[in-house]
Amino acid sequence: MTRLLEFHAAKWDEPIVMEMGRPGGRGQIFPEPEAEVSKAVGADLIPSNMARKDRPELPEITEFEAQRHYLHLSQMTLGMMGVSLFGTCTMKYNSKTSEYATLRPELAEVHPYQHPDTLQGVLSIFHDFDGILQSLSGMDQFIFQAGGGADAAYTMAIIARAYWADHGMLDQRTEMITSIQAHPCNPATAAAAGFKIVNLPLEENGYPSLDALKAAVSDKTALIMINNPDDMGIYNPEIKEWVRVAKEAGALCFYDHANFNGVMGRLSARELGFDACMFMLHKTFGAPKAGGGPAVGAFGCCDALAPYLPCPVVVKSGEKFILDNDRPKSAGKVREFWGNVPQVVKAYAWTRGMGAEGIKLASDISVVANNYMDKRLSEIPGLVISNPEISVNRMEMTRWSFAPLCEETGVGTVDVANRMADFGIDPFWMSHEPWIVAEPFTPEAGELWSKEDIDLWIDVIAQITHEARTDPEMVKSAPHNQPIAQVKGDVFEDPEKWAMTWRAYQRKTGAIDRTERRRQ
Amino acid sequence: MPTDTKSHPWMALSAPGAIDAMLAEIGASTVAELFEQIPQDHYRKTPLDMPPALTSEMELRRDLVTRLKRNGDCEVNLSFLGAGVWQHHVPAVVDEIVGRTEFATNVWGSYQSDHGRNQAWFEFSSQLGALLNLDVVQLPVYSWGCAIGHAMRMAARITGRSKVLVSQLSDPERLSVIRTYCQPRDMDGSIEVVTLAADPATGRLDLEDLKAKLGDDVAAVYFENPAYLGTIESEATQISKLARAAGAETIVGVDPASLGVITAPGDYGADIVTGPVQPLGVHMQCGGGAGGFIASRDEERYVRTYNGFLVSIAETQREGEFGFGLACPHQNSYGMREDGNDWTGNSTYLWAIAAAVYMSLLGPEGFAELGRLIVSRARYAARLLADIPGVSVVWPDGHFKEFVVNFDSTGKSVAEINTALRTHGIFGGKDISDEGLNLGQSALYCVTEVHTAADIRRLCDTLKEVLA
Repeated sequence: MTRLLEFHAAKWDEPIVMEMGRPGGRGQIFPEPEAEVSKAVGADLIPSNMARKDRPELPEITEFEAQRHYLHLSQMTLGMMGVSLFGTCTMKYNSKTSEYATLRPELAEVHPYQHPDTLQGVLSIFHDFDGILQSLSGMDQFIFQAGGGADAAYTMAIIARAYWADHGMLDQRTEMITSIQAHPCNPATAAAAGFKIVNLPLEENGYPSLDALKAAVSDKTALIMINNPDDMGIYNPEIKEWVRVAKEAGALCFYDHANFNGVMGRLSARELGFDACMFMLHKTFGAPKAGGGPAVGAFGCCDALAPYLPCPVVVKSGEKFILDNDRPKSAGKVREFWGNVPQVVKAYAWTRGMGAEGIKLASDISVVANNYMDKRLSEIPGLVISNPEISVNRMEMTRWSFAPLCEETGVGTVDVANRMADFGIDPFWMSHEPWIVAEPFTPEAGELWSKEDIDLWIDVIAQITHEARTDPEMVKSAPHNQPIAQVKGDVFEDPEKWAMTWRAYQRKTGAIDRTERRRQ
Repeated sequence: MPTDTKSHPWMALSAPGAIDAMLAEIGASTVAELFEQIPQDHYRKTPLDMPPALTSEMELRRDLVTRLKRNGDCEVNLSFLGAGVWQHHVPAVVDEIVGRTEFATNVWGSYQSDHGRNQAWFEFSSQLGALLNLDVVQLPVYSWGCAIGHAMRMAARITGRSKVLVSQLSDPERLSVIRTYCQPRDMDGSIEVVTLAADPATGRLDLEDLKAKLGDDVAAVYFENPAYLGTIESEATQISKLARAAGAETIVGVDPASLGVITAPGDYGADIVTGPVQPLGVHMQCGGGAGGFIASRDEERYVRTYNGFLVSIAETQREGEFGFGLACPHQNSYGMREDGNDWTGNSTYLWAIAAAVYMSLLGPEGFAELGRLIVSRARYAARLLADIPGVSVVWPDGHFKEFVVNFDSTGKSVAEINTALRTHGIFGGKDISDEGLNLGQSALYCVTEVHTAADIRRLCDTLKEVLA
């Protein structure tokens, strides 16, 4: 076994910013209006009944204190600084070159309503990146308005709505069919768009059966939304037949390409028959996740659905790139403007940095690395793979379970996750709801990490399973090397105690400030 | 691409022999074996058609920078564009903090390993709550329009009603998002969006029309302060009283940059408050800086209807220590799939951190100064522009940072004027002539703290030249 690294997280005992500072402290000042301005317009320009009388209770700190405080908070965030094999999120290196490029004023200080003649640089990136995604998927047009994968699923749902309304069948095509294993955003966004949800259960092969699909589809089906492979690492080999069956019933078919990393350059959504798909640029395409966005769900579709796309669509007209807003059948916008532009630029940069060969190699590596992990994890007592009776090699991630370990020691997946952080390893992803696999965890290596990183990660798992047998209380009370001890969860569902702001906390607890607290 | 001597800088296992070594440990002889689950006839037949790889950082940077330099930006040019994204000063410390790799790359760990980020999130909500005078602030959703859409759906869930009232002078961009969220009439859970007349003399809501339309089927009244066209809704208290009397929720949209000088919405009866996060230290980024917040009083009827992440402070197992976690996590789509409140997913949480840093830098005095500076310079610009022959300001008083400039008497269209201004390095206000607002040839001008008196004089001098 590799020698485990010694680790201790930064701990700063940092006050809440609301407790910091002193009367009159300033971190930023603004000049008074010029004399000519004041002379021309006077003071008290807000109608008196709307002029703010109270002083907002914000901290009064210096510029340095603000900088230091938030640097401390960043240091108390593990954030992929160790090894993060966070499954379903495909942890990648986020290139600093593209990060710095997007901080330049030529992008940071650009307004979306500028005349397109002054936006040709960024529009050329959108256009060329659209072409790259078209090649990867076989779709005819991509847009980037959706602010994440879920928002791209929502885009699909509203396009289906517009499509069926345009065909005069919205009152009939009311159902969306998906798998119980699909990401929750698929049923949730379709439901928010007004569709009824049909969830297909998993069967012995690890995916819903074709017969179940056949029984579910009808002339009420508006669309199906499906991912493949799923988070177990199981690829549904009947997917072409699924699409054929659904389309025969008239339904639209949407490929949630959240798990694209293992099949990049190998599969084409369009060649499999799908009408539309989405890619997560903050995941598969190397843009940073930023703790939950800004993100981009790139939505692509075939020509038949393109009239319903949210506007604007970036198109080339002669030698110029333009923003096409003239789409009378458009489903409407899912968000203002054209998307999280810097993230699109970073994703474009990732595809250029990788190239076609690099992208295919990344898929190879992610599947090889995952199968290597499966082999090593299978040698650790107390762990069991999901669908253990299925003996095929999994794709780019595999769901595992600590159920045997939990049965034996009482140490479950939440305990192990908490303990992981004590080794400087980011806690793993467990599973989306519902937890079909007990005590789940879902590692995904992707193409970034070295064999040494992967080995370290597995060694830490092995170490914790050992600790579970020798000192379960130590594991259950973990973490011990993190900035704080385990958070007590009792307040989170209690209206008397939850506090989403400092003012609510003070009101509910009569909290005294930090100086006072320290004195006690 | 990777050869025997050049592995890829972003892939450790692209080093020579690395894959073979792993295959040997797995006991597989080829990579293809590992893809055994995919049937042969599923593989793509069309080869990838992509531009050549730029594997060296040097070449990649050159491509990006060369392309981006083809943009005109608002530092080189003098811009008066606003309408949902506004040019404000971004303190350098904000850039440093949001650029920290721990914040930029993290995804989701445990409450302990994410402690610093979670505290920054809580401080976003806490400081914004202090500006709004409200106790609950959710982490931001994708944009202001999305925040309004969710707020309207919250109001529909709370009241069991399915109609919302909005001003006829609403931003078409936000309104398009709102209509998407409220969905077509004949679907489950649809919400009807009804427009309210505005008083032509002031741009504010017509209260008589509001009274006429406030029936027992109305879930919410939505208004903005300042509104799309810059006007301040000075009868805010009256509007929320009328809404309450009809059993409807009052949803307000506010510009947080105005809250040092304009009354907090929590103080004039707002039930649910939305607004953009971008003015709080986020660069415009061609619209990529968008983010929208939702806030309310701390009552269960509101808290239980939020769609996203509510971060609560909590105790830890160590005496006297704070931690943070998600309140009511089971009511969102992660917890309940299609039965959750709307949906959630990746959002714009990095901008919550930007905004937290920004608010802590400004403090109460900073916000007051900022508000006074903006409103003074915007009013100054409106005065100077109105003095130009043929140019008028539609509502010359009672606005914050944006105002409507009408060019009907110049004989020129806004499009022509803006094209001419552009040749002088000026981006004129947003052309609102075709937005169905019945304001003729008009543009929405935005003036913030970044515009000096000299900038404003330059705009006016250039306009005179262009209109001559």
